[in-house]
Amino acid sequence: MKIVVLVKQVPDSGAERSLRADDNTVDRATANNVINEMDEYAIEEALRLKEAHGGEVVILTMGPDKATDSIRKALSMGPDAAVHVVDDALHGSCAIATSKVLAAALAQQNADLIIAGAESTDGRVQVLPHMLAERLGIAALTGARKLTVDGSTLTVERQTDEGYEVVTASTPAVVSVWDTINDPRYPSFKGIMAAKKKPVQTLSLADLGVAASEVGLDGATSAVLEHGKRPPRTGGNTVEDSGDGGVKLVEFLATEKFV
Amino acid sequence: MARVERFLPSEEAADLLELVGDLADNELAPQVAGFEERAEFPREVLRTLGRAGLLGLPYPVEYGGGGQPYEVYLQVLEELARRWLAVAEAVSVHTLSAFPTYAFGTDEQKKRHLPDMLGGELLGAYCLSEPQGGSDAASLTTKATRDGDTYTITGTKAWITHARVADFYNVFCRTGGPGPKGISCVLVDAGTPGLEPQVAERTMGLRSSPVAQVVLDGVRVPAERLVGPEGGGFTIAMSALDSGRLGIAACAVGLAQAALDHASEYAKGRTQFGKPIIEHQGLGFLLADMATQVSAARALTLAAARLRDAGRPFGIEAAKAKLFATDTAMRVTTDAVQVLGGYGYVSEYPVERFMREAKVLQIVEGTNQIQRMVIARSLSRE
Repeated sequence: MKIVVLVKQVPDSGAERSLRADDNTVDRATANNVINEMDEYAIEEALRLKEAHGGEVVILTMGPDKATDSIRKALSMGPDAAVHVVDDALHGSCAIATSKVLAAALAQQNADLIIAGAESTDGRVQVLPHMLAERLGIAALTGARKLTVDGSTLTVERQTDEGYEVVTASTPAVVSVWDTINDPRYPSFKGIMAAKKKPVQTLSLADLGVAASEVGLDGATSAVLEHGKRPPRTGGNTVEDSGDGGVKLVEFLATEKFV
Repeated sequence: MARVERFLPSEEAADLLELVGDLADNELAPQVAGFEERAEFPREVLRTLGRAGLLGLPYPVEYGGGGQPYEVYLQVLEELARRWLAVAEAVSVHTLSAFPTYAFGTDEQKKRHLPDMLGGELLGAYCLSEPQGGSDAASLTTKATRDGDTYTITGTKAWITHARVADFYNVFCRTGGPGPKGISCVLVDAGTPGLEPQVAERTMGLRSSPVAQVVLDGVRVPAERLVGPEGGGFTIAMSALDSGRLGIAACAVGLAQAALDHASEYAKGRTQFGKPIIEHQGLGFLLADMATQVSAARALTLAAARLRDAGRPFGIEAAKAKLFATDTAMRVTTDAVQVLGGYGYVSEYPVERFMREAKVLQIVEGTNQIQRMVIARSLSRE
């Protein structure tokens, strides 16, 4: 089974993040860039499937030159190879344009299974897996908390607010995963050393047959017009208990729709 | 946590230290307080470190090791000790427990045992001290008698780290007459009939690391488990101790760094008389002295490690590093308690634990009096 895992490099969500003053895109130059957290669960799931069923795991990343760091880190966990789509014209691409580029890259891979994190911690739009499935004409099993493979049948427990749904599809398909699905492994020191020697194929827009005008800020279907700093935290309310503290607390919770 | 500026010899060493930092922050730091409180050995944590390849770093890749110089291995230990001393000490003891086989074993013994010892799933122990003597190791009384192809070992070993949890034990025992030349090293598997680890000691600190006596009552071991020549055990023990002292020195640097981290963080946030206490010169200078001593201990330890890596004599420098780094850890952890004042004396903050843990480092792997003796003797020989 050939599995492609989508990996995105994002600014560390645990640190201060900002948008660029000039074009309102995510400031990746000053950020501490890491693998999108949810993607580590996607990699882990792919590696477990490979260990159980054999096959190959390939990382696919679209991002600037320095995304190489995250690709090497992803490879140190155990995948076999990586494809890096890198092109200056991609800067500022929206989700729709990104899906066009990734779908073109995936079309070259003939994967049985494509696994993605359910969302990235920078964009958080959660639509890319669906868009890719649509463009590739295959099923999308999204928001998985459990994935099992039996021959060419995929079964997913799809996490919802109330519980979960069981959905099935045949390969090839796109599956997106939440952080409830597994416990990602740490790379080993030997894995880190081996990752340096694994093949990383670099593709440009021209290699994928996608025109520069269809992507980037100019080709974007949505735009961020302006941004500002998050307002400072306000003081909060203090409830003085003069016999009616409990009532006041419940009233507050009711106005916030907690009760 | 403050970043320690490190001068590393390779890019792979930098990658390794980054991996260790991730593991230490995510797996060690959140768990240390609970395990120390419960005096519970963190076997799973060590498995995680083993799978990451951290239980055989300074041994060649061909035997399953990490192929790293001591200079790098010790900085890994330091970062582990900065979050959890007992785990760093476990790594140090385990790493040492593979040393007799690696340095003195036959090719066959190395091929047979090292891949398992370094593979990350097993833990080793090192049995030299006895109830009546630790510093005077040459007078040990545990006896091994050879009968055909079998040694039968009887005696009691004391202060054995990993007793009860180890998978194999290096047992130093008397195969010949009195004195250092009558001692041999024998590798004994856990579970061998007659090998009986006792109840763990109730210790002042380092409580998640089990230390106990190991009673050997007629333990029968195949003669092929003799490591090095018969009568060569004392040489092995002393040689291993030189490397072990570097490990303890690195643990001490990590512990002292942890105390410095916590004390300076606290002193920046705690306000008295209208300003953070770090801006009061009395405490600012105390912290400056702590920071300087930690850097000096690290530099001395790594200088000794680099001599070892270059194949030069390093035993005396290792003794100096062990002495200085562990005395520094004692002083810096004590000062950290002082910086936190009353809060330093209660167990909500880790610095009182650091102070309790530092003490044992002045005792193990040769007391600091033994280190001074070793250093003084080297001066009298010059």
